[in-house]
Formats: sequence, structure tokens, C-alpha cells
Amino acid sequence: MNDAAKQAGTDQRPIIEVSGVTKSFRKGREQVEVLHQLDLNIERGEFCAMMGPSGSGKTTLLNLIGGLDRPTAGQIAVSGQRIDQLTSRQLAKWRSNHVGFIFQFYNLMPVLTAQRNVELPLLLKKMSGKERSQRARTALEIVGLQDRARHLPRELSGGQEQRVAIARAIVSDPDVLLADEPTGDLDRETASEILDLLKTLNQRHDKTILMVTHDPVAADYASRTVHMDKGRLADAVPMKSAGGAQ
Amino acid sequence: MGTFHLIRKNLTRKKLRTTFTLLSIIIAFLLFALLGGLSRAFSLGVELAGADRLVTMHRVSFIQPIPVSYVNRIQSIEGVETALHQTWFGAYYQDNRQQMGLFPTDLETFREVYPEYSIPDDQWQRLLNNQTGILVGQAMAEDYDWEVGDRIPMFSSIFPQQDGSFSWDMDVEAIFTGSGNNADEMQIFMHYDYFNEARAFGTDTVGWIVTKIEDPDQADQVAEAIDQRFANSPTETKSSTEAGWTASFAAQIGNIGLMVQMVLGCVFFTLLLITGNTMAQAVRERTSELAVLKTIGFSDRRVLWMVLGESLLVAIIGGVIGLLLGYLFIQGAANALSQFLPGLAMSWDAALIGLVLAAGLGVVTGILPAWQAGRLKVIDALARG
Ligand SMILES: Nc1ncnc2c1ncn2[C@@H]1O[C@H](COP(=O)(O)OP(=O)(O)OP(=O)(O)O)[C@@H](O)[C@H]1O
Ligand SMILES: [Mg+2]
Repeated sequence: MNDAAKQAGTDQRPIIEVSGVTKSFRKGREQVEVLHQLDLNIERGEFCAMMGPSGSGKTTLLNLIGGLDRPTAGQIAVSGQRIDQLTSRQLAKWRSNHVGFIFQFYNLMPVLTAQRNVELPLLLKKMSGKERSQRARTALEIVGLQDRARHLPRELSGGQEQRVAIARAIVSDPDVLLADEPTGDLDRETASEILDLLKTLNQRHDKTILMVTHDPVAADYASRTVHMDKGRLADAVPMKSAGGAQ
Repeated sequence: MGTFHLIRKNLTRKKLRTTFTLLSIIIAFLLFALLGGLSRAFSLGVELAGADRLVTMHRVSFIQPIPVSYVNRIQSIEGVETALHQTWFGAYYQDNRQQMGLFPTDLETFREVYPEYSIPDDQWQRLLNNQTGILVGQAMAEDYDWEVGDRIPMFSSIFPQQDGSFSWDMDVEAIFTGSGNNADEMQIFMHYDYFNEARAFGTDTVGWIVTKIEDPDQADQVAEAIDQRFANSPTETKSSTEAGWTASFAAQIGNIGLMVQMVLGCVFFTLLLITGNTMAQAVRERTSELAVLKTIGFSDRRVLWMVLGESLLVAIIGGVIGLLLGYLFIQGAANALSQFLPGLAMSWDAALIGLVLAAGLGVVTGILPAWQAGRLKVIDALARG
């Protein structure tokens, strides 16, 4: 899990570089511009929170950075690689290697055990079944769920499900984790456990994290918070002192 | 774990639904196998019977007898090589539910008309010398463990002897083997004279007359000449080629081939709707899961194949089980019906067509949902929740 650290020495560019990004959606006849000429840099090892009113474009931006969609205009580079020009096939491959996603509703496969859910991303890699399950077990250990490996999602609590989802996001050792309201569906106590886990991943495992949240308490776990409003970033909030892995 | 594991797990998520889908596929392919076997059996008879032989029977129905004197009168018609009469004896042996194909006939001319049956010469001589001797097909003899020289107590369900007994003693004197797969070895032939002199009624009548003609191309003309000769007599006749006879026999039951196709057509159309709907539903329910797979990095094509693989798997499993069951049924039925439908069997062709059909079903029912799954946009699917 130290790819990120290795690269950090040679590459001082921000791990996420968003510049001049515009995104429009077609709504019936008209084009609705959701993001306007947006710039955002996130340094390697940062734990960045993104807040903002509903509909301001947070998820849209996260999806662009994660290569789930392409910007209408502007450039996006992650780990030095431009992704705004990739075909959807290339993007799929890129996603499997470079980002991990964490959703509000966990989105686990209900028919698969925790272990198998975590193994899913590894299906795309050339490795033996043994290695796959070994790696999945390691990921489950990191999130503290090694003893739930054989449980189905419905046999787990919400917090545990989210841990499995996090294990799935880190199993192929991506540099960047993108989390869209990861604690939005959890009670306060469970939420803080999940946030602690994210912080650990950030500090001990060198994961750069971008997390969308509505909860200021959650944002406090981050080393920096950016605010989105009507498709623009309001960078009024100063950076907190050095966070992350270094 | 491989992708296959995921496909399998997805199939077992709604066990009841998958079971029902599987059952309907199994039943459809079982029907396919059974009906296919049946229609093959009938059409085999049609294709294989001799084209150079005519069958003349009572105009009204083939269970009504015609005078034996017709044989000579047919013999004198131009274009006729030989004529041979046969009668349905209604034979059974030990088990009276098991009707056997036993025919009193003119054994002296038999060989001329049926050159496809080979009989050892010494046995042939014994047969001609013994009035109670019978000629038995090899398969029949093997079935009942009969050998040349055996005396068999045979029964008729139709003809008593003059003393009122339905029991007829017969001696196995010759065994014939058929060449070519149209040769039906599940038959017995006995001397007509013995039968005719001993029976209590129906003397000097026969069931039908088989005529060997000189030129198969003249079959229709000769058939017409024969029927012409007996027109306006008390016993009018109807003649056709053996092939035509088998065909008209089939026509009496209905146009089996067409019926089979229609039934199968309906079955598979319904199946298409059922399975297609199930697949579409299965994919619709799983929209967000498919989106997650794509998020993780599964390509559109891979997701498409996964869904297609699922419907292919169901269709092929169901198809194979159905065909296997059909095969077993047909094997069982073939033994019981060997006298009546010697061609009843499942051919390799039919099995292969069945498999192709199963794969086709899988593709046709899966392609639309698979295509939708492949096209699914992650951001839309996830936004919908
Ligand atoms: N696929 C889409 N098609 C059309 N419009 C879209 C699409 N996705 C987002 N939008 C629009 O873009 C705007 C921003 O949506 P987005 O989901 O990014 O907001 P958000 O900040 O994540 O809100 P929330 O806090 O409620 O999740 C909304 O007005 C939304 O209707
Ligand atoms: Mg959102």
C-alpha cells in the first residue's frame, strides 16, 4: 500500500488538478450548466472535505474527478494523468486502478458475502483466486471486519456495511478515495467510527481523500474543507495546518 | 471467485423465480424432444418405404378385407411385376396387450417383392416345406429368444380357428435380417394357406395387396389402372405407393409435422415472453448494482456479457435438462412402441438443434437487457438510487 508514497517523492504536482472545468447537462431542450469554470487542486496526502448546499454540484464534481463522467470543458488530471479525454472504456480501466469510491448507501452486492464484495474490483486484475482472497482479507482487516468476512450484507449493520464498502474501495490500492456523504445514512456514533477509519486510511495508508458531506462535524475530521455554491468553489475558508501523511 | 461466481449468485438470488423460469424452459425442451421424436418417426416411414411398391386396399378403410382373387387380376395389369397380399392377423404372444406385426401372406412370392430382406437358403426351404412355419425378423426373434425350430403358441385377437380356438401353433423356420434402416425386423410372416383354411371366417379375403411395379415413375398410372379395374365392383379399391400409404396414414391422424411445428412455435413464443420478461425484470431490479460494478471499473462490454451470460446459462441449463428428459422418455417409449413406430428415437441432429435453440433462446431473451445494462450510465443509475 505504498505506491502513493513512492510516487510522492518524484512528483510534486497536486494529485488532483481540476482547471477550468465546466459541466452542463441537457435538460429537455436546454443545456443547464452545473459547474462553471471550476478550479481545484488537492495535494497528495490531503483529506479534503467538500460542503455546500444541495444541488450545488458536489456529486457532479466528484464524479468528474473519479472518471465516471467527462467535463464539458476544462481539464482534469489525477496523479499526473489527464482523464478528461479518455474514452469510457479507458476510463473504466483507469478507475479500476486509481480511485476507490465510497457511497452514502454502501451499494454492496446483496448476493455476495463481505469477502466476495471486497474481491469484486480484483476480478478485473490478473491474479490468482488465492491472491484475491488474501488481499480482500487484508482490506477487511484494515477496516476491522475480518471476522465478518462470510456474512452477507443484510446480516451486517449499516456501519459494518460501510466498512465493507471502504474495504472494497481500498482493495486495489488506489491513490485516491472519493466519498460521497459516506456517513449520511449513519447515526452520530457510527459516523464518527467511519470518519476515524477514513482518517486512519489517510494518515497511515497515504490515501488522498475527497469527501462530500453536509455535516460540519464530519468536515472537522478533514485537513481542509472546500465549499461549493451554485457550481463554484468559494475558497473563503483557509486551509487548516498541514494534514495528511507527510 | 470469478465472474462466473457472480453470475451464479445473481441467478440464485430469487430462487423461486429462477426455478419457474428454468421449469418452463425444461418443459419446452422436453416437448421439443418428444414432438420432434414423434414427427421424425412418422416422416421416417414416409421417406423410407419403397417407391416401387403400391399398396391396394379397400376403398373405404384398410380394416375391410378384399378378395384374394384380386391378386391375380392385379397381376395381369400392365406395368405390374408381382403382386403379394397381406393380412393383419392381430397377433399376440403371452401378453395380450402386446400386439405384434404378424401377417399371413404368400410366402412363395414374398422374396420377390421384398428383396431387402435376406433369408438363408436352407431356412427358406424349410419354411416353404412347412405350412405352419413362420418367417421372423431378427430383432423380433432376439426380443423373444426364439430360434429356428421353436414351436410358438401364438394367439389372434381377431381370427379363431374353425374349432373356436384363438390359439395358433407356429414353427419358427426362418429368420430374416433387413438391410437398410427401413427394413422393419419386428415383423412375422406366416403361410396364408394355413391361415385361410383353418380360420373360422373371412375365407378367401386378404387385408391388402402389395404390388411391385416395373417402373417407379409409372406408379401413379398403375395405381389408377388397378383402381379402375375394380371400379363399380362390390369391393372398390384404393391404391397408392407405400410411401403414399404411410403418408395418408399420417394424414388420418393429422398433419403431424405441421402440428408439431405449430405447437412448438407457440411454446417457444410463450417461453420467449416469460424468460425475456424475467431477464428484463432481473436487470431492472439491479440497476444500481450494475452501476456499482461499472464504478469499480467493469467495462460496459463486460457488464453486457455478464447479463447475457446469465440468460445463456439459464437457457442452456434448462435446455439440456429438458432434452435429457426427452431423451429418456423417448427411449422408454421406443421400447414399448417398437412395433408401431420403429423410427421413434432422438437423433443427434435433433439434440444439436435443441442445443442451438437453447443458446438462441438465451441470446434472444438476454440481448435486450444485456444491451441496456451495457449502455447504463453510472451517474444516472446512481442518481436514481
Ligand atoms: N445526470 C444529470 N442530468 C441532469 N442534471 C443533473 C444530473 N446530475 C446532476 N444534475 C443537476 O446538477 C445539479 C447539481 O447536482 P449534484 O448532484 O452535483 O448536487 P449535489 O451538490 O451533490 O447535491 P446533494 O447535496 O443534494 O447531493 C442539480 O441541479 C442536478 O439536478
Ligand atoms: Mg450529491
